[in-house]
Amino acid sequence: MSTETLNAKFIEIEGVAQTFKTKKGNFPALRDINLTVAKGEFVALIGHSGCGKSTLLNLIAGLTMPTEGHLLCANREIAGPGPERAVVFQNHSLLPWLTCFENVYLGVERVFGAASKSTGAASENKAQLMARTDAALALVGLTAAAQKRPGEISGGMKQRVGIARAIAMEPKVLLMDEPFGALDALTRAKLQDELLDIVARTQSTVVMVTHDVDEAVLLSDKIVMLTNGPAATIGEVLHVDLPRPRRRVELAESADYQQYRKAVIDFLYTRQAHVEKTA
Amino acid sequence: MVSAVFHSPSATAAESVAAMQVAAPVALKAVQATPTSSACVDAQPGFDWNGLLLTVMPPVLGLLLLVLIWSMVSMATAGSIPTPIDTAKQAIDIFSDPFYRKGPNDQGVGWNVLASLQRVALGFGLAALVGIPSGFVIGRFEFMSRMFNPLISLMRPVSPLAWLPIGLLVFKGAHPAAIWTIFICSIWPMIINTAVGVQRVPQDYMNVARVLNLSEWKIVTKILFPSVLPYMLTGVRLAVGTAWLVIVAAEMLTGGVGIGFWVWDEWNNLNVKNIIIAIFVIGIVGLMLEYALIKIASAFTYEEVKS
Repeated sequence: MSTETLNAKFIEIEGVAQTFKTKKGNFPALRDINLTVAKGEFVALIGHSGCGKSTLLNLIAGLTMPTEGHLLCANREIAGPGPERAVVFQNHSLLPWLTCFENVYLGVERVFGAASKSTGAASENKAQLMARTDAALALVGLTAAAQKRPGEISGGMKQRVGIARAIAMEPKVLLMDEPFGALDALTRAKLQDELLDIVARTQSTVVMVTHDVDEAVLLSDKIVMLTNGPAATIGEVLHVDLPRPRRRVELAESADYQQYRKAVIDFLYTRQAHVEKTA
Repeated sequence: MVSAVFHSPSATAAESVAAMQVAAPVALKAVQATPTSSACVDAQPGFDWNGLLLTVMPPVLGLLLLVLIWSMVSMATAGSIPTPIDTAKQAIDIFSDPFYRKGPNDQGVGWNVLASLQRVALGFGLAALVGIPSGFVIGRFEFMSRMFNPLISLMRPVSPLAWLPIGLLVFKGAHPAAIWTIFICSIWPMIINTAVGVQRVPQDYMNVARVLNLSEWKIVTKILFPSVLPYMLTGVRLAVGTAWLVIVAAEMLTGGVGIGFWVWDEWNNLNVKNIIIAIFVIGIVGLMLEYALIKIASAFTYEEVKS
């Protein structure tokens, strides 16, 4: 396979279905998922709550295995979780007994330190590992809080440490599960802008779960809209061709932006109007 | 820096040093300890007498109530329960020489308490050595949990003293039998709490471990152990409490030296004052053990673990 096709199909999801076994019998969460993500592409997964967005992300992360179908990353089957597909968790999931620095260092050490010999990369010494950790914290603007524990910093800062931990591992893919969902609107906007900057600098491939229409349009190249669960599948894929760098204030007046926004809202609230299921 | 503060005669210099030494708490303490510094005088404008009264009054009233009831019981039993004042006099007498030795059955209260504490420490320490690792294994592996849960459920409700004859039979001595009893009573809370702690390690943390691809050693030291620690310490605290309850009863039965034996001995001597003193001693030692363990536990509990 040529590099070009590999780049266009960096992540490949083919006919994936996920069924959970519950006490009430099998629960089909996802069916017929076919999706490709190009290298350096920013993809947002959007849909109503309970539609299986996070399930799909967990499948790409390798945290769960699909019932049917295949997932490939860089032409290799995803067989389990690993640092090349770093996850930024919804609730930051920092270890409360470690400082911010130590939380980030934990991942850096694993990927670039002595323990990484199996991956074939030359292992780096402690000073290099610490420099990497410092650089990642600087990238998210948290150098001053490096020696604080997660309990001592705000929710937005915790989420930034989570992003730093993921980015510091130089993953092939950055997976984000509603990373800003628990934050207030102002903090969220600030972090979205920072994320735009970071992604532009690192040229990362990103798959992000969100339920925020503006977030999806502002950040992504491609918005993947999921139908309502159970047995959710991809309803529509919207390519967002807004020029980068994107600025929130300018976009608010752009007709294109409003067009994209309307397309997503139409899908979510007209065609997939959410019906609360009692089951 | 510290010496500079000590030798500074002018209060303004001391204040400016104090202001810039937020990052150096040692030096800050030195400033407060310096009598010439005016900064510490201004620090407490008007002592909060009202607050102190509200904090101290309820417990003092509680103690007074106890003494009152005690006096009434003493009067009602026509002195066979000694009055608080007589008991206090006796206590002063006893605590003025807690470490005397006049033969194996007549030793100071200090020796008795130490002997009991030593038994508790030994039995409890052995229980921790066995119980905590077992708890980890039972918590980590579903199979083990299902294998041992029926056994634990069966043995846990048994009064520890029921195990004393078995101990006497197997170890052929009162001292090891008492330690055995402590062991068996303090092992269950430690096993159960550690196992529950391991089962309750948040799935998020385990997902982090999987994504970072951490080694088993790192998982244990960086994730499992710190998140189980608060549960484990709760188990330890419950275990120490039970052990201290049980040692008194066990020593009554086995004899020798120890606070429980002392109570029984004084009963045989019909020295009721000493029995009451022993009750206070047992209570206070138990309180101190509990307090120390709560302090340790809170030092190792992090915000996110509590919620």
